[in-house]
Parts: sequence; structure tokens; C-alpha cells
Amino acid sequence: MTQTNFLKLVMPFKDKIFRLSKRLLVSNEEAEDATQEILLKLWNNNKSIEKYNNVEAFSMTMTKNLCLDRLKSKQAQNLKIVHSNYQDHNVSLQKQIENNDSVDWVAKIMDELPEQQKIIVQLRDIEEYDFDEIAEVLEMNETAVRVALSRARKTIREKLTNKHNYGIR
Amino acid sequence: MALDNIDQLLEKYDNAETTLAEEAQLRAYFAQEDIPPHLESYKLLFQYVSNSQQEQFTKTVPLQSNRKKVGQWVAVAAVAVLMLGAYFQVNQMNQKTTLDDLSHEELLAYNQTIEVFSLVSSKLNKGTENLEAFKLVSTKLNKGAENLNHLQEFNKTTNKLFRNQ
Repeated sequence: MTQTNFLKLVMPFKDKIFRLSKRLLVSNEEAEDATQEILLKLWNNNKSIEKYNNVEAFSMTMTKNLCLDRLKSKQAQNLKIVHSNYQDHNVSLQKQIENNDSVDWVAKIMDELPEQQKIIVQLRDIEEYDFDEIAEVLEMNETAVRVALSRARKTIREKLTNKHNYGIR
Repeated sequence: MALDNIDQLLEKYDNAETTLAEEAQLRAYFAQEDIPPHLESYKLLFQYVSNSQQEQFTKTVPLQSNRKKVGQWVAVAAVAVLMLGAYFQVNQMNQKTTLDDLSHEELLAYNQTIEVFSLVSSKLNKGTENLEAFKLVSTKLNKGAENLNHLQEFNKTTNKLFRNQ
């Protein structure tokens, strides 16, 4: 596979890889590193890449595994990723600027979710994957994915409502 | 979009029963300005979702082609061949230093050369023998010159005799 073909294949989902790794690793730089590593791994295996029937799902599974591995090694070292890079570059309206702080809260609430729920919410709500695709990426069945997603959504909403009502910030 | 519909949709959404199309409808609805106050928390969620959808990976990844590696191995192979060649060359030069190592033909050639050289040297010796005659002539010539000295003395005495007269 030539470089241009490879780039054509990878272009559509490289941002998705980045967003998923950012969801899991939190820090921008860590996520960039992880994405780069995934892309290089794909490129090194570019001879066998054509054999996979769904390269995107395969890459997402790779991303998930890599990020979880990273998190595990981070925990073993007793290091915590400190993040301060939640910038909403694309917020332009005045009303949205007002809400900026509250929107940040969504990110913080999502950070508190268990890893698996994080991945599912990311894939479903942000990347708009079908349930069968998510099941393929996570190697679990669809019902389990639905249950986890429902749980995650309820948690997020509950916490958001609490914050919103009591104004605890 | 009608409000009664939205409440139902949100309920389905919380139970993870909505389709992707319905979720798109929800996102479109919450992108509006005027949202009823009890749905304000959903608005934050969907706003956040739309924001994060636009995040992009901007770093460039250096993709090296595999050809470079082949070139490196060619260089390694070339060096190996050179070393082997040099080794065998040196080996060949070190071998065949005694007559026993030579093949039959080589021995024959060697013997012939030796014969030719000895023939040349014997002819050369004969030539130097002939030179002995010249040596003899030169000694005779020296003797003649000595006899000339006697003649010179005789000449001196005759000159003296002439002056005395």
C-alpha cells in the first residue's frame, strides 16, 4: 500500500482516534502521542491492513487497548494526569461563552465515569457509531453496550442537574 | 420541534433506546437558543457533544517508507562481500609459498625458467673468460711502458754527452 492510499484510508477516522484517546487519557499531549503511535502501528502493518474488513473498528479497538494500557502503567507509577487544557475553540456565540464554564462541567463529569462507559459515550454520542459497531470495537454484546450507555447517560444527567440546580461550581 | 415529543425522546435517550437519527434530532433541537428551563442541563450536554465533535488531530505523523531499510541492508551486504573478498585475497597470497604447493604445470614452468636463467648465466661466464685476454694485453702494455722508461733514461744520458762535447 502506498503512502497516499494509506492516508486516504486513515484520514476519515484519525480525528476519532484522537478524540477517543483524549477522552481516556485526558491530556492533549498524551492523546496526540497515542494517536501518532496508533497511526504508525497501522502504517507498519500496511501490508496486512487490507485483510481487515473494518479498518476503522480495528483501529478503534487498538486505540482503546493502547490507552487503557497507558492508564494502567500510569496508575502503577502512582502518577496522575493533571489536565488544564479544556478549551472550547469552537464556541463563538455570546450565549455559549456564558455557558462555557458549565460546558466544562460536562467534561469533568465524563471524566468521573468508569473507562468503559467513557468509551461508549464517546463512540455513541460524539462519533455517532451504531450499537453493533461499538460492540465490535469493545468486543462485547449489544445489550451490554446499551445498558452501560443508559447508565452513563443517567449518571451524567443526574450530576448535571444537581450542579445546575444547586449552583455548586 | 414539539415539546411533548422532546420529553418522550429524552426518556428514550436516557434508556439508550434512541436511534442515531433521533439523536441527531435532539442535537438539532438543543442547538436552538430558547430551551425550556427544566431541560437546561440537557442543553449543556448536547452543546458539549457538538463542541467535542469538532476537535481535530493536527499533528503530522512522519511516515517513513520501508525502502530506506532495504538500502541499509544493501550497504551491509556490500561491506560483507568486500570483507570476504579481501579475506580470500589475503589467503591466496599467503598460500603456495613452497614448491610442494605448486601444480604439475606450474612446476614445469618453474623448472624451465630456472634452466633458461642458468643458461644465460653460463654464457655470461664464458663472456667474462674472453675478457681475460684483454687483461693480458693490458699487462703486456704496462710492461712495454716500463721499457719505454729505459729508453727515456738512455735519451737523457745521450743528451748529457752532447752537452759535454
